[in-house]
Amino acid sequence: MAQEILQPFSPKANALQTSNQLQLNQQGRLRHFLSIHGLSKNLLTEILDTADSFVSVGNKAVKNVPLLRGKTIANLFFENSTRTRTTFELAAKRLSADVLNINISTSATSKGESLKDMLQNLEAMACDMFIVRHADSGAADFIAQHVCPNIAVINAGDGSHEHPTQAMLDMLTIRHHKHSFENLKVAIIGDILHSRVARSDILALNTLGAKEVRVIAPNTLLPHDAESLKVNVFRNLESGLEDVDVIITLRLQKERMHSALLPSEQEFYKLYGLKRAVLHRAKPDALIMHPGPMNRGVEIESEVADGSQSVILDQVHFGVAVRMAILSMAMSGQTTALKT
Amino acid sequence: MSNRIHIKQGRVLDPASNTDAITDLFIAQGKIVAIGSPTPDFQADQTIDARGLVVSPGFIDLSCHLREPGQSQKGDINSETKAAVASGITRICCPPDTSPAIDTAAVATLIQDKVAAAGHCKVSLLGAMTQGLKGKQLSEMYTLKEAGCIGISNGWQPFANNQTLQRCLEYAHTFDLVYFSKPLDSSLAGNGCVHEGPAATRLGLPVVPTVAETVAVSRDILLAEHVGIRIHFCQLSSARAVKLVADAQRAGLPVTADVSAHQLRFTDECLYGYESLYHLRPPLRSFDDLDGLKTGIKNGTVAALCSDHQPHEPAAKMAPFPATAPGISALETLLPLALTLVTEGTLSLMALIEKLSLAPAKILGVDEGRICVGGPADLCIFDPDKQWVLSADSMVSKGKNSPLLGQTLTGQVQHTLVDGRLCFST
Repeated sequence: MAQEILQPFSPKANALQTSNQLQLNQQGRLRHFLSIHGLSKNLLTEILDTADSFVSVGNKAVKNVPLLRGKTIANLFFENSTRTRTTFELAAKRLSADVLNINISTSATSKGESLKDMLQNLEAMACDMFIVRHADSGAADFIAQHVCPNIAVINAGDGSHEHPTQAMLDMLTIRHHKHSFENLKVAIIGDILHSRVARSDILALNTLGAKEVRVIAPNTLLPHDAESLKVNVFRNLESGLEDVDVIITLRLQKERMHSALLPSEQEFYKLYGLKRAVLHRAKPDALIMHPGPMNRGVEIESEVADGSQSVILDQVHFGVAVRMAILSMAMSGQTTALKT
Repeated sequence: MSNRIHIKQGRVLDPASNTDAITDLFIAQGKIVAIGSPTPDFQADQTIDARGLVVSPGFIDLSCHLREPGQSQKGDINSETKAAVASGITRICCPPDTSPAIDTAAVATLIQDKVAAAGHCKVSLLGAMTQGLKGKQLSEMYTLKEAGCIGISNGWQPFANNQTLQRCLEYAHTFDLVYFSKPLDSSLAGNGCVHEGPAATRLGLPVVPTVAETVAVSRDILLAEHVGIRIHFCQLSSARAVKLVADAQRAGLPVTADVSAHQLRFTDECLYGYESLYHLRPPLRSFDDLDGLKTGIKNGTVAALCSDHQPHEPAAKMAPFPATAPGISALETLLPLALTLVTEGTLSLMALIEKLSLAPAKILGVDEGRICVGGPADLCIFDPDKQWVLSADSMVSKGKNSPLLGQTLTGQVQHTLVDGRLCFST
């Protein structure tokens, strides 16, 4: 009996609870958007439905809706990014918010100011929302834990942890073309070990009920226990692509060559580059996706990237609508949380 | 100043003599002068009522970071040695990674003088094996030994190459110094901060794989065998490393090991939520590793339990997980964490006390850790059933970085005597 009482101490039950306590309010609505982990199928579907309603906004002559009028959103990018930052900025502006872009690699923390002090300064400027990208896994959770309670935090990518808005725009793109997730087999190719996009995509696909999620990579680019992510692991591209409905290729960072994870870009392309020659293994109408920016001739052949199955530009297009949905939902959940 | 103390009717537990009896201890001039009935002329200046309490040899902690000199925002010699005696610890072993490192007699002397001036517990020092712990140039090990260092270590810092390590060991062995190894292959550890396992995979945190420890343990065993030096492994974290140590011991090599109490309580499951208080070096590992460490504790492969006390200022833990400093302020939770091994049936209370006192005393080569007539009156008197709540306000250490804050713990130190002086009472 004593054995039972003294199981190794594990704080606050489990992982699911921990992330949910932070990002959901008492009604189970988003107040921050930090990770796909812990979110329900219903909530993910609601994000996609809300995003669908925003897709048309971009096609109108007046592209703004007044949902976040009077709100101030700070883009805190501790890591460089053009695309993600721009689509967040566009999403915020289409919701009529004021946007502050802060490029922090040249700012305070490089002068020795602590992250917490910097956040307090921004709080004092009465911002309502922080959109955060940071090189450390867990940075978005950290910021959400330590900012004053009226500020919503959106994770725009933290280390190798998650990039949840990218996952949601990927899901919107997939749903747009495939209508549902139930029967889909999805393959993710490339640097799974370091990819926050892969982690968020895998979680979202599994939550939304995809039939099978596969990852395809050499052992050096796979986590030690990749199966714990609830994926089937393939080391061979051709067998991994067999019969899949969606192919997501990941960007290969150049520094992987220097850290002895890969011999060369050429060999990676030979083995794992998505080329016309291997595409026939997948379903004929398989979608081809890439979170960008692409290295043509490294992870993907140009003809494939520009071919008829590619939905890479759709992803960018849907990125704005998805971020509008997430920003507005989190702001509303944050406001409700404060009232209660 | 009372120096004759009568400890009345405590449950005296002494692993050296295998004594477990309710009896009285009589202390004078810093020593235990009688057990059971007093010497004829004994007149107590002070009586401690120890009914319902355990009287054990004072605990000896093989790894306690004092942070002074150099990092007194985290802790200082006075605050941390005071926290030690509040935790029943009568001697601590201080690793060389102060700032500057303990690589000169001056630093060694400074620390010993300040520990003596603070007047709380006793200290054993480990000298740096290499100058500035840089892993390149031999330190003046003979001078360090003269200045009081009982062993040498390079902390977590790597060696330039294996030849440098070999020469350090050869030189140290010339003067019968013990090599205290914190086994970590720095290239395999890279910039990692957590165990390689499902938690790291989910959280996307960089890993310190188990092989970073086992490769270093193997290397150190082989080099120590070659050189003939005695080696002590500090704070093992993996089941595999315990097996390597057991193999070496079976082969008759002079190899010992310790683990920290928190490695026997927490696993990498604690990392979900990115709580930086669980950022440790070596990292918290899997349940199987925890099990393997407990097996080692139980069968004697792992001789000693330590606190691996690493106090930090709040700012050191106030950042995204990978950017925080590793370590737990662990002195004050040593006894309650260790007692859970008894509650769960891993160790008898006697065996636990041995791992906290006699065994580390032998590793440090000091004649302590026993309760005997004529021996030093270094004693810890504790209530094994007392429940209390750990709070930042009540912590004596400057570092409040404990994941157990707010928890109800069982087992509390009531009195600590160092060389016959009552240094702590609740």
